[in-house]
Amino acid sequence: MILVERLRTAWQLLRCATGDDAYERYLEHHRRTHPDRPPLSRREFFIEEQRRKWSGVNRCC
Amino acid sequence: MKRLLWIAVAVLGAFAVAGIALNRGETINAIWIITAAVCIYAIGYRFYAAWIMARVMSMDPTRATPAERLNNGRDFVPTNRWVVFGHHFAAIAGPGPLVGPTLAAQFGYLPGTLWILIGAVLGGCVQDMVILMLSTRRDGRSLGQMAREELGPVGGIAALVGTLMIMIILIAVLGLVVVNAMRHSPWATSTVFATIPIAILIGLYLRNWRPGRVLEASAIGISLLLFAVLAGGWVDHSETLRGYFDLDGPSLAGFVIGYGWVAAILPVWLLLAPRDYLSTFLKLGVVVLLAVAIVIMAPELKMPAVTQFIDGTGPVFSGKLFPFVFITIACGAISGFHSLISSGTTPKLIANEADIRMTGYGSMALESFVAIMAMIAATLLEPGVYFAINTGAGVVGSTPEQAVATITSWGFPVTVEQMQQLARDMGEATLFHRTGGAPSLAVGMASIFGSAFGQGLLSVWYHFAIMFEAVFILTTIDAGTRVGRFMLQDALSHVWKPMGRTSWYPSVLIASTLVVAGWGYFLYIGVIDPNGGVNILWPLFGIANQMLAAIALSVATGIIVKSGKAKYAWVTGLPLTWLAIVCTTAAFQKVFSSDPRLGFFAGARNLAERLAAGTLPPEQAAIAPQLIFNQQLDGWLTVLFTVLLWIVILDMLRVSIRSVRGLPVLRGCEAPYVPTRLNRITAAQESGA
Repeated sequence: MILVERLRTAWQLLRCATGDDAYERYLEHHRRTHPDRPPLSRREFFIEEQRRKWSGVNRCC
Repeated sequence: MKRLLWIAVAVLGAFAVAGIALNRGETINAIWIITAAVCIYAIGYRFYAAWIMARVMSMDPTRATPAERLNNGRDFVPTNRWVVFGHHFAAIAGPGPLVGPTLAAQFGYLPGTLWILIGAVLGGCVQDMVILMLSTRRDGRSLGQMAREELGPVGGIAALVGTLMIMIILIAVLGLVVVNAMRHSPWATSTVFATIPIAILIGLYLRNWRPGRVLEASAIGISLLLFAVLAGGWVDHSETLRGYFDLDGPSLAGFVIGYGWVAAILPVWLLLAPRDYLSTFLKLGVVVLLAVAIVIMAPELKMPAVTQFIDGTGPVFSGKLFPFVFITIACGAISGFHSLISSGTTPKLIANEADIRMTGYGSMALESFVAIMAMIAATLLEPGVYFAINTGAGVVGSTPEQAVATITSWGFPVTVEQMQQLARDMGEATLFHRTGGAPSLAVGMASIFGSAFGQGLLSVWYHFAIMFEAVFILTTIDAGTRVGRFMLQDALSHVWKPMGRTSWYPSVLIASTLVVAGWGYFLYIGVIDPNGGVNILWPLFGIANQMLAAIALSVATGIIVKSGKAKYAWVTGLPLTWLAIVCTTAAFQKVFSSDPRLGFFAGARNLAERLAAGTLPPEQAAIAPQLIFNQQLDGWLTVLFTVLLWIVILDMLRVSIRSVRGLPVLRGCEAPYVPTRLNRITAAQESGA
């Protein structure tokens, strides 16, 4: 049981680290802060995210 | 009990360092170096970093970070500290720490290794952590903004110009490394070319077919990349196909330039973002694999501790041990570029100030460890082989017989048969004059992987290593070109407003073209230079990168003094002083040395005299005017870097002295104290852990 828990935590961390769960996190945040407005769709969110991520210095030598 | 453990770590570390320093035998085992490195990082992290955070930076775990105060669910998000660590490491770790140590191995393994360890623990890690902390206290402001708001407009402009210049030089030198790795190698070229459609495929997958499913897309992409490595081998064996990919330097340079331009103007989702996902996974995987393989293999280093080339006659690059080992190894010991990541992107994710030590200091310690592994991979080769791969035809002679004779006469025996056998093992036509560091690193990595995981696949491991480095470098090339484009658009908007609109196509095209033309020029000259080009470009890059580090450390020192902690100013002041000495000495020699291999202007004069006297072979005479102009340009650039550096240092001293005397100084932009309402458990939940 503990092993399953551990594996689940590790999987969550991996998803979080890679941004795999970014949309779910966004939905949760959106529900909490702007429950009145409809959230972006998964596709819209992802396109918007990539535009934001790549408009500054994010890679190095 | 804990104390005993740390005493044990200290004793073990001291023992390993003494073992390395006092070793006078034939060879030394890499395990000694790994042990010394791990102990030194652990002690630096546990004691020095903790002390700096507590005493100098007044770290306060009860203070709300910008991620908490400005949480918008996107860029400002309190994030689990392991995730921030991973993001930050992936962002700072580029090809720099792989190439620098490989080149510096010409001095022997000892000088570079010591500088990587000491420079990281007292300089690089401190810089990354302190800048991360300062930016976190200032709502994630960038280095340029902090320089402007804390020192004044002069420092701000110097930081901006410095960043743009270093970007141009960096991309050019990395492009040169990748071109030299692909030159006349159908296997490497076809594999590297294949990474582009693979990235586009993954981009389409992530946007249209399964939006945002990063993990599955990356798994598919990595499998395709590994397949591309194998497929490259089939291309290499097919007589008809290999002809298409057997390209010379200038055509490959043209390809890289065209690629950079297209990547900068295409939408990010198509090429840049998916390539970045793949390169990040590949990077982390290779770092882990390499560490495991080195521990399993426990290789003996064949390079002497110190070679005769510390006197400045080195064939890989010219210049004496001091200052050039400190310029050649920038990333891995201290890298100014990191301060751009530590300010801006990462601070917006920090959930608690207590996480900053792990992210800032820890990530840089790990990057430094990558540099140590690159040093091991370079020095476990037979020194004769190392020099045969890394020396340009202009230095040792263009035929294999001339090259081995010259290298053997230095006391590093190597034979033509040995090099041919090695090239056959690695699946390459030749390994002579493959300058730039990537091929020799790939040979080193292939021998490590081969002896740890099976000798039969040497050629596959070699091309896997080349693909890994190329993916890495192309990611830096397109990301860097894009960043350069944004910075240029921003700068040009002061001249003409519409240029600042980042998605207005005429502005995008003009700015991208200017940036690509800038680095494309240096890349082209580097490719046609018979001495290998890296000899000129890498020191220029090192000086630029160390200059940026000095700017970052100046900003940090100024802020520390202004916060009333002048007695601790040495924490950043010491590495700053060292970098100022190193950069200024190196720049002075690069400008004023009368040795044509070392001084830029001397090199230009020498070439001009030989051209006028008609002693150059016709193919060299044809390109000589370009090379002469380029050396003069490089000389003036070095002057510009040094002037920028001293402007910022003097500006920092001005602000510091005023502050100590109680005269008015800029108030700065530290955000006021707000108590945190997150406890650590909710911070972890917020990030999904």
